[in-house]
Amino acid sequence: MIDAILRRPLFSGIIALLVLVTILSSVKIVPETSQAIIVRFGKPERILNRYQANAPIGGPGAGIAVKVPFVDDIVWIDKRVRDVDMERQMVLSTDQLRLEVDAFARYRVVDPLRMYIRARSEERVGEALRPILGSELRNELGKRPFADLLSPERQGAMENIRRGLDRIARQYGVQIIDVRIKRADLPSGTPLESAYERMRTAREQEARSIRAEGSKQAQIIRAEADASAARTYANSFGKDPAFYDFYRAMQAYDRTFTSKSKPTNVILSPQNEFLREFTSGGGR
Amino acid sequence: MSIFPGWAARGRGLFADNKGPWGPSSGGTPSEPQGSGAESPRPSSPWGNPGPSTGSGPGSVTSLDDFLARGRARFGGGGGGGRGPALNRSLILWGIAAFLLLWLLLSTFHRIAPEERGVVTQFGRYSRTLGPGIGITLPSPLERVQKVDVENIRNVDLGSTAEETVMLTGDQNIIDIAYSVRWNVRDPELFLFELQNTEQTIQQVAESTMRAALSGVTLNQAIGEGRGDIENRVQENMQRVLDAYRSGVRIQGVAIKQADPPAAVNDAFKAVSAAQQAAQSDINQARAYALQLAQLSQGEATAFDKVYEQYRLAPEVTRRRMYYETMERVLQNVDKTIVEAPGVTPYLPLNQTRPPTAVLQDPTASGTTAQGAGR
Repeated sequence: MIDAILRRPLFSGIIALLVLVTILSSVKIVPETSQAIIVRFGKPERILNRYQANAPIGGPGAGIAVKVPFVDDIVWIDKRVRDVDMERQMVLSTDQLRLEVDAFARYRVVDPLRMYIRARSEERVGEALRPILGSELRNELGKRPFADLLSPERQGAMENIRRGLDRIARQYGVQIIDVRIKRADLPSGTPLESAYERMRTAREQEARSIRAEGSKQAQIIRAEADASAARTYANSFGKDPAFYDFYRAMQAYDRTFTSKSKPTNVILSPQNEFLREFTSGGGR
Repeated sequence: MSIFPGWAARGRGLFADNKGPWGPSSGGTPSEPQGSGAESPRPSSPWGNPGPSTGSGPGSVTSLDDFLARGRARFGGGGGGGRGPALNRSLILWGIAAFLLLWLLLSTFHRIAPEERGVVTQFGRYSRTLGPGIGITLPSPLERVQKVDVENIRNVDLGSTAEETVMLTGDQNIIDIAYSVRWNVRDPELFLFELQNTEQTIQQVAESTMRAALSGVTLNQAIGEGRGDIENRVQENMQRVLDAYRSGVRIQGVAIKQADPPAAVNDAFKAVSAAQQAAQSDINQARAYALQLAQLSQGEATAFDKVYEQYRLAPEVTRRRMYYETMERVLQNVDKTIVEAPGVTPYLPLNQTRPPTAVLQDPTASGTTAQGAGR
């Protein structure tokens, strides 16, 4: 054997190459991530590793596949969850407001044969689904007022869109798992500017009302303080108004006449009460 | 990771002594050649080949380098460009054998790091997942190992603090938001086989769930106390959606790094905080006033009460005493003029006396002094 190879290296090399090519073209490894269609002279023969819901990974799908060399062709189709990313769509709500929406859909090829016949490749399925997704989105969201567009998940709009898209996608052997809105923005220009303006005026109003509220509170606090002080005074001084009058007068004299900064000049009449003893000469 | 040293070592180990790869100590670290090994029996090769029949005697080969050198010497210094009948057949056999053996060794033993899992596929079909340590599989074309790091927390940043990423809140306001999502691989098999584009998927799902979460809160909640709530909700919803995709990913956490009003309306928002400050300081001033007034009134009232208590014990005397004391204090420090004769109008140089001037003239007019005069 070795001798034979060594004698005619070129010939044996060619033979080896042929054997290798034959083996390689008849034995195929189907990975977990792919489905495969064996096509004989353009006619699909069988499907390998077809997606089945709830089948565990490592089931009897993937692995070695044998095909007739040079007669059978093999078409690979992704088994994984793939995505369609849609360009921005302008959606017009029922109250004539505009919203720019970015959405995506996740799908999986569940019928590779149908997909292969209809679209030939996953990329082309994506291309076919993209405009449909766009129009479904516009239709469904266009039935709603603007306020609902901000949270379409809550009104079941997304589920409606998914169902509508799924109905069409099934014709391509594709199942739509999920449709989601990635972004929803106000169009730049007037809508965005007016939203900013609205935010601004709302804030200014808020600022004003906060200030007013603050000064109202302050006023109330002051008034309450005044009232409570008056109450305190009344409770105390009301016990003897006449004495209070006298007591307070004395305090007032003290404060008004003994000011150091403005010396006072007092002219006393001899009849003044203070001078009574002084003038009466001690006798009564 | 360079695999060359390992190869060389294994090669040397292969030819060194009786520690063949199928020997009792196979699978360990290949040992360096120990001495010439001339006494040791020739390793039996797995292919049932009786070994080199070069006539050079058993065990004369001590290492691969040696072996190759001898081979080269035999070819008269030819660089191994083997051809013609002079070529030694066993050399090719040995070469192939060595190559196959290395191949086997390298593709049979897999070192799985502590943070990794090794997903084994047998002809493309998933067979099992190896834990950390040394994993043994069938050699390469039969079984393959893909290592997946399951501990490493990966980070996806969405929106940056540098530029504006605006979203709409539930009250139709605009918010500038930046957040990040931390995730790791939970199920390496799902992670490898179920999703076409994991990174991108996580990003898109994050954006979508964040948008949905923000559409359920007001701007003030999103900016203020609602943050933690939003983070939790986004994390939960992301996990739910990614589980529905069978992504094998666990969302470890969502962190909002920034949630601010957009720059275009920032001044208005600052005005609101300024108003809040102003209102607060207004209220604070009023409170200070109230406190002061309360203290003052209580002080005065208490003082009066004390004096009044004394007064009630001896009203007349107290009254007199207070009157005189006060007058004493008052008249001590003032210029006094006593006008004597009634009917005589004295000339008062009023313009020379320093104002202010108080005139206490009428003995009966001032109620206070009248009272002071005693009752």
